[in-house]
Amino acid sequence: MKKIDIGKKILIENEKHAFENILFLNERKKLCLNMISSPGSGKTTILVRMISDLKGKIKVGVIEGDIQTDIDAERIRATEAPAIQINTEGACHLSAPQISRALKQLPVDDLDLILIENVGNLVCPSAFQLGEAGKIVVLSVAEGDDKPVKYPAIFAKSKVLLINKIDLLAGGHVDFNLEKVIADARKLNKDIKIFPISAKTGQGMDDWYKWLLKSIETNSMSQ
Amino acid sequence: MHEMSVAESLLTIISDEAAKHNARPVGARISCGTLNPINDEVLCFAFDAITKGTSYEGMKLQVEHKPIQAQCRKCNEKFDIEFSSPECSKCGSEDFVLMPDAPLILEEIELQTD
Repeated sequence: MKKIDIGKKILIENEKHAFENILFLNERKKLCLNMISSPGSGKTTILVRMISDLKGKIKVGVIEGDIQTDIDAERIRATEAPAIQINTEGACHLSAPQISRALKQLPVDDLDLILIENVGNLVCPSAFQLGEAGKIVVLSVAEGDDKPVKYPAIFAKSKVLLINKIDLLAGGHVDFNLEKVIADARKLNKDIKIFPISAKTGQGMDDWYKWLLKSIETNSMSQ
Repeated sequence: MHEMSVAESLLTIISDEAAKHNARPVGARISCGTLNPINDEVLCFAFDAITKGTSYEGMKLQVEHKPIQAQCRKCNEKFDIEFSSPECSKCGSEDFVLMPDAPLILEEIELQTD
């Protein structure tokens, strides 16, 4: 038997494509964000509301990742924003080569913001760089307030945490301690921006838009 | 189940190396960080599934999990962080910065020489 040192990154091919995507987006000065959450947290509803509310201010393009169907892309297209649907055919995450192909299909030069809606999964998507400027983790209050402790990786890696469906808190329909989630997320990630929102009622969306528009304007997420 | 994607990428690198050395690989050692964790059992299952009936069948994979470090903003201590109780191991402060996590690496492969 002979042992040979290799020392190679296993996901190097994905990283190469992610790096090419970064170069492609940087050359065009376009902000690209990668939204990650469990299924059903409201990612698509947030996107639809954002696109409608920000119409006339910014142009948004969307890359939708789902195991199957183009239901989400159709919801985005109904707002007249361009959307590319990727079907992963069983894979639990999007990978960078899929984003490279989707970016070529989007009218990137006409857009101000590119949003990637990853496959609904709080674990696997966090391990694959796509070329985004930052990750947005979405957590809805119906999922429970233990998620930052149970799934620390995605909360540690994200630039933004959107806590969605906060309209459910008022009626006492869910047991969800908002302060606990904010404190637990900040323990893992001091710099994470946290916006409690309701994509249904519009509550809290203005603060999130203000921060987002500033990020687009400065092409930087470090404000 | 991103271990399947990892297994496929791993096999690509291993077969390149095997061809380079013109030898049959029998084992591999992998390391991963805390924020990019790999489930050993699932990875081995996925690797076994994709190598069945090939010259890589039966390869033994060994996964080393590396802790992630943090640096305390109060006392500057560097420590391995436990996500179940994220605090400085020296002063107990919860004000710390996470250091970069170890990437997923194929450290070495073992080749059959006879």
